[in-house]
Amino acid sequence: MTKTIVVTSGKGGVGKTTTSASIATGLARRGFKTVVIDFDVGLRNLDLIMGCERRVVYDLVNLVNQESSLHQTLIKDKRLDNLYILPASQTRDKDALTIEGIARVMHKLKKAEFDYIICDSPAGIEKGAKMALYFADEAVVTTNPEVSSVRDSDRILGILQSESKRSKMNEDPVKEHLLITRYNPSRVKDGQMLSVDDIVDLLAIPLLGIIPESPSVLESSNAGKPVILDEESAAGQAYSDAIDRLLGEAKPHRFMEVQKKGILSRLFG
Amino acid sequence: MGIFSFFRSRNDGTTAKVAKDRLQVLIAHERSDRNGPDFLPMLRQDILDVIKKYVDVGEDSVSVNLGQQDACDVLELNITLPEDEVIKVEPSAEAKRRAAERRAAVISGR
Repeated sequence: MTKTIVVTSGKGGVGKTTTSASIATGLARRGFKTVVIDFDVGLRNLDLIMGCERRVVYDLVNLVNQESSLHQTLIKDKRLDNLYILPASQTRDKDALTIEGIARVMHKLKKAEFDYIICDSPAGIEKGAKMALYFADEAVVTTNPEVSSVRDSDRILGILQSESKRSKMNEDPVKEHLLITRYNPSRVKDGQMLSVDDIVDLLAIPLLGIIPESPSVLESSNAGKPVILDEESAAGQAYSDAIDRLLGEAKPHRFMEVQKKGILSRLFG
Repeated sequence: MGIFSFFRSRNDGTTAKVAKDRLQVLIAHERSDRNGPDFLPMLRQDILDVIKKYVDVGEDSVSVNLGQQDACDVLELNITLPEDEVIKVEPSAEAKRRAAERRAAVISGR
């Protein structure tokens, strides 16, 4: 059974592509045949984060328009055998994607026996974002502890509940997950940042994970390597935990507390 | 956290608390608009404007909800009037002025 997961947020720059890359990589590492699709037509970036930008030949729009085959279009990941990337097109044509076209692609992916299809949504609530979430069985709502991000996440939750295929066909609703990124426990402690509890309270959806603010996120993107592969880093470990929870494992949340400091820095910090 | 912030009370007055309070109001408001048809916010505003002509009410005093009861769609209107205003039989000075203006307009045939 193929499961389709959309990574969405409404607001831009909160870590959707970083999250899509890490979730896809994490699932593939656990043995699932996984494809990650970039829906950001015109602003392709998943290829850079996955480190396969030089191997893009065909793209999603080619595949939708039946100008290329699935086999030709999918880019096989260099590191993991059962991971594939489906890049977005750089066309400026806004109407390049249609629900019918995407439906054909989804059908092909299901026939190719993928376990997971990860859809990396563009920012906003325009056609591209709606297309990315239309076929979702589950949604990972990526949110920063910041007022505009929380508000936009709530808005995208409304769209998931009214404009996804599951809602339109009166099927079971899309399963929602909250992923908080760029979390800084020390600022939360000082009352400068919304806490995990605040955000969960406001959005009222189950928490999938907390990704702490970490320099390794930028460094991993510099290198074109999903941050989940950086097992030393807190962000990498947090993504790994999130994958376990996505697969149904009950794991306690980490990275919510300030790292212990010495007595001196505590007094004068 | 330095030695001084240690004495600051935990949550009150922090910007995080302000952020949460603002979001709570905003999100509740946006959610109530979300499930209805697009005209509900406009309908709400029009009703509010009409009531404001006669009674001095706040922006949040009118709620318009579209619900369902069995097979019917139910439009639920909730108007909260300020307590002292309800007792007042006299229309407000503003309403009187407007009414006088309207009458004058009718008389002068405009």
